[in-house]
Amino acid sequence: MDVKSTKNFVFWLFCQFELITCSYLMEPWEKVLFYSFNICMVGMLFYTTYVCVAAHVGTALQFLWNLLGNQQENAVSVVK
Amino acid sequence: MANPSAVCNGHLHHHHHQKQNNLLKSGIYKKNGITKGMKKNGVSNGTLYKKTFIEHFEQAPMYVAVFTFVGFAVGTIFGYLRDFMRAWGLEKRNVATEREQQKDFVPLYQDFENFYTRNLYMRIRDNWNRPICSVPGPQFDLMERVTDDYNWTFRFTGRTIKNVINMGSYNYLGFAETDVNALKTVTIELEKYGTGVCSTRQEMGTLDKHVELEKLVATFLGVEDAMVFGMGFATNSMNIPALVGKGCLILSDELNHTSLVLGARLSGATIRIFKHNNMQSLEKLLRDAIIYGQPRTHRAWRKIIILVEGIYSMEGSIVRLPEIVSLKNKYKAYLYLDEAHSIGAVGATGRGVVEYFGMSPDDVDVLMGTFTKSFGAAGGYIAGKKGLVDFLRAHSHSAVYATSMCPPVAEQIIRAMKCLMGLDGTTQGLQRVRQLEKNTRYFRRKLHEMGFIIYGNDDSPVVPLLLYMPGKIGAFARRMLEKNIGVVVVGFPATPITESRARFCVSAAHTREMLDTVLNALDELGDKLQLKYSRYSKSSHPELYEETRLELED
Repeated sequence: MDVKSTKNFVFWLFCQFELITCSYLMEPWEKVLFYSFNICMVGMLFYTTYVCVAAHVGTALQFLWNLLGNQQENAVSVVK
Repeated sequence: MANPSAVCNGHLHHHHHQKQNNLLKSGIYKKNGITKGMKKNGVSNGTLYKKTFIEHFEQAPMYVAVFTFVGFAVGTIFGYLRDFMRAWGLEKRNVATEREQQKDFVPLYQDFENFYTRNLYMRIRDNWNRPICSVPGPQFDLMERVTDDYNWTFRFTGRTIKNVINMGSYNYLGFAETDVNALKTVTIELEKYGTGVCSTRQEMGTLDKHVELEKLVATFLGVEDAMVFGMGFATNSMNIPALVGKGCLILSDELNHTSLVLGARLSGATIRIFKHNNMQSLEKLLRDAIIYGQPRTHRAWRKIIILVEGIYSMEGSIVRLPEIVSLKNKYKAYLYLDEAHSIGAVGATGRGVVEYFGMSPDDVDVLMGTFTKSFGAAGGYIAGKKGLVDFLRAHSHSAVYATSMCPPVAEQIIRAMKCLMGLDGTTQGLQRVRQLEKNTRYFRRKLHEMGFIIYGNDDSPVVPLLLYMPGKIGAFARRMLEKNIGVVVVGFPATPITESRARFCVSAAHTREMLDTVLNALDELGDKLQLKYSRYSKSSHPELYEETRLELED
């Protein structure tokens, strides 16, 4: 039952997170606050990655393409 | 150095060549008279220590420290949040606060200790002060206790949890027992003397039982005389002021017990601290004391006294007695040895660290100990030369003002000590000491093999297991109780804030099955909570630990 062992593993990992960040000791409303804060942070991280990193990679590729493109054109002109 | 009998390159003449070399060497030997033979590697300080002194203070990997700080940071942030909510009335206030009239005065509850108590200790408070309702033997009964408002108040459900394995009581030799045959003499004395003494030692509180007990303690330890007191903590705190005063110097170990610290402060002497069990630090302090004398006048110190403990209860380390005694003889200082945890628990016949290191009790000036731990009673003693004890009988605060020990307790100590010395005609005492030794070795070895970080000497029955993270303190204690095992967990302020631990006290009354139950539970919990931080667990080289550590890594 691979699903069960993965589920157990994920649950164990979550348990470790709870222990390390002391959220094991918190009252329920504090847990809600803490987890929602964490999820917001992680969400913002993903969004920033998606927007900025994608844009940067796009710009980098364009730059490289221009570089290669110019080289080809120059080569052609020299041959001519 | 190459082994001459090994086959090198398979060439025979090489062997001959080496043989020639050896002859040559022995030729030199004969000529100069200087031996060039290879000496067998002994233990450093080999003349002082008769057996190997192995102590472990392993440091955890770096990620553990990082996670510990993360845990404390989250706890602190939520602590500030809760304080804010309490201050602005968004939450009901259960804490101690100042009255309205005191608001303009200096704030009382803003320091770190109170913040820590309010916000971090309160969350896991249910793991301490658990009331028990039976004798604290190898197993005990707990009263079941629940909380409705997150540990601010508790209520008892009326049920008891039976036969919880006791890994927290200082019951090293198992004398905390209710066996009728064992307590026969105690019941006789109880019926003869009653329970109260109603007087101090110097008035009408010295009974014949005390005299008998003091003679017995002196014989047990091999000293001239001894004096017993009603309370172990008070033995230290009330007698050190009688021995030292202003103009004297006290050199006290970093991790000394509160009773020693209190006694030292009450005495009014100058106190200097040396690093835990570190002889270089102690020697430096001694040299400075003798060279520079008192702070402003530069006169010689009236007395220099070194305060150490036999076994340190939070670390499980044993004092380096041979080195301290040689230092004290060299620099003419006095030695006060607090054997609270080590009397009865170490040594071939249970006579403490003095016997453990094979030294004579005349080497130590003041031998102090308590009867609470290994003898299943209450009280303390101070033993040494007759002059010292006579002085204390006259000048100790405890002798003048404190009620003396009550007779049934004195009888319990007498019967336990007679059992240990073999005077009751059986070998039960020696068997208990051997059993404790076996249990200690087994427990420690298994914990090391499993991969936990354990502090302390291999022979000490106090076993601290490091937990580090604050979240794990509560989880560990609660889950062990669910498995019917009672443990003591310790955090700040009894230990450094990042080194919280669970402290096990092995007892001679624990059977192999009980220890195995505990070890299996620890194994399982160690995997679930990820407590196995040690990097040396499956070591196949036992020599890795065979070194006398001169300085501990901090």
